[in-house]
Amino acid sequence: MSAAVEVRDLVKRYPKRDVNAVDGLSFTVEPGEIFGLLGPNGAGKSTTIGVLTTRVRATSGDATVAGIDVVRDPVAARRLFAVVPQQSNLDRSLTPRQNLAFHAAYHGYPRAERNARAATLLDEFGLAEQADVKVDWYSGGMAQRLMIARAMMHEPQVLFLDEPTTGLDPQSRIFMWERVRDLRSRGVTVVLTTHDMDEAAEMCDRVGIVDHGKLLALDTPAGLTRGVAGQGVLDLSVTPAPGDDIDKLIAALTDVAGVSRGELLGNGSIRLYLATEPETLIGPAVTVLSARSATVTDVHMGSTTLEDVFIDLTGRALR
Amino acid sequence: MSADVDIRPSAGRAFRAILWRDVFVTGKEFWVFLAQVALQPLFMLFVFAKVLNAGGYVTDDYAHLLLPGIVALTAFLTALQTVSFPLIMEFSFTREIEDRLLAPLPTYLVAVEKLTLAVVRALASAVVMFPVGALVLGSAPWHADGLILLVVSLILGSWVGAGIGLSLGTMVPPSKISVIFAVILTPLMFTGATQYPWKSLESMRWFQVVTAFNPLTYLSEVVRAAVVPDVPHIAPWICLLVLVVSGTLFTALGIRGFMRRALS
Repeated sequence: MSAAVEVRDLVKRYPKRDVNAVDGLSFTVEPGEIFGLLGPNGAGKSTTIGVLTTRVRATSGDATVAGIDVVRDPVAARRLFAVVPQQSNLDRSLTPRQNLAFHAAYHGYPRAERNARAATLLDEFGLAEQADVKVDWYSGGMAQRLMIARAMMHEPQVLFLDEPTTGLDPQSRIFMWERVRDLRSRGVTVVLTTHDMDEAAEMCDRVGIVDHGKLLALDTPAGLTRGVAGQGVLDLSVTPAPGDDIDKLIAALTDVAGVSRGELLGNGSIRLYLATEPETLIGPAVTVLSARSATVTDVHMGSTTLEDVFIDLTGRALR
Repeated sequence: MSADVDIRPSAGRAFRAILWRDVFVTGKEFWVFLAQVALQPLFMLFVFAKVLNAGGYVTDDYAHLLLPGIVALTAFLTALQTVSFPLIMEFSFTREIEDRLLAPLPTYLVAVEKLTLAVVRALASAVVMFPVGALVLGSAPWHADGLILLVVSLILGSWVGAGIGLSLGTMVPPSKISVIFAVILTPLMFTGATQYPWKSLESMRWFQVVTAFNPLTYLSEVVRAAVVPDVPHIAPWICLLVLVVSGTLFTALGIRGFMRRALS
């Protein structure tokens, strides 16, 4: 079976820009996978999704969805994928039920079948009670659910979700992820973008981190946290002794065996990235600090998260 | 994929479904649509042909000359507004068009569908204007021999209006809606020979030249040629030719603009 999504040496340069929005990107998504595309704003995620969903013209490179070349045969590709955008693009002139039915009509489903599918999906997404009201009355979460239901109307093989849980309440978010897992179990490949690193770590089978249009890392969430940032982290809240300063403390702590590197966090505490388990390093670290007469006010151990990996790869600069 | 579903839905079927969506929505809001297209021309007809006539400022003949012009104006503007206003909104705030842009048909056909709907709605508005106008005036000019010319010219004229609407709808940013429409729509309405025959402008040469650049002038002229042939008018073949050329031009311009907005 061929890849669900394949991107090879993809380049997109918008007119009048001097840098490429997507700059030689390559990755493959296997059928039945939940694949997360992570990156800061403006990293090229949306442009990449845009190319794959036939809304952005690639400057060069290849992109296929469900084995169809989206550049050469966009019309055929549109049968096989569906898109759920971040902002609602529901048809306000139609009721929720009609939104689903007309979507299926655009995709060539006969009337009886599209009505039956609409009823099933409305039920499945908990919208059957409010299927014939005005779309304007829908909350953000309901609109999101309706858009996923609409996407499923034409039985796509690949579903693109653009920041699917941004702005949703916890109930809607949990419901959303149950549905996404459910789709995977039915063999639908899901490609999503998100800024929520915990969510990506929990949901995605594999994650690609993109910045400046290039792929920086691609692995399972566990593989990424293991590989890039070591075993764990140790956060120390410290007040330096008079005449000492925090940078010197960090330098001293970095010399402790088992500490890969250290940095100053925004809240003023020191974070140490470790090559061994955090428990074994609390003692040595506190010893170093005591020797310099610094006061330790708080110690926090943690394993590295996907967010650490993300920041490590893409930096702290605001976009 | 279920067995009774066509594996390759045809572009034709997608096109029909999209057109049906627009016709369906028009039907749902039919009274709104009617008020949108008919109210302004009706008031124009009432004031110019009825009120001014009662005061003795215009003759009965003027009413018969004005009605075909107003029908031309209605068809032209209905087509233009059917495409332009919704398109500006659908491409920006509501993004409603996205679901149709992702339907399995070539993208330019979504623009062609907009033009088709505009012509349908424009013809419907023209059909409504004749009897309603006759009610307002108390009588209406009728010339059975001109029926085919009337239908052909209204189709071509609303196509031109739709083409202009498509061009505007894809070029004008939503923040500029009111400005652009004041600056473009009003001059278009009043330099289109709808309220006066073009030949009557001989004594105002400069204005006659200005009106010659407005495609609506040719629609008004050919509609009058079909309905009130006694009024001096530009030869119908010239009018039809100009309508075909400007329709082609604005359609090409509009589809180019549409593709630029739909694909980046």
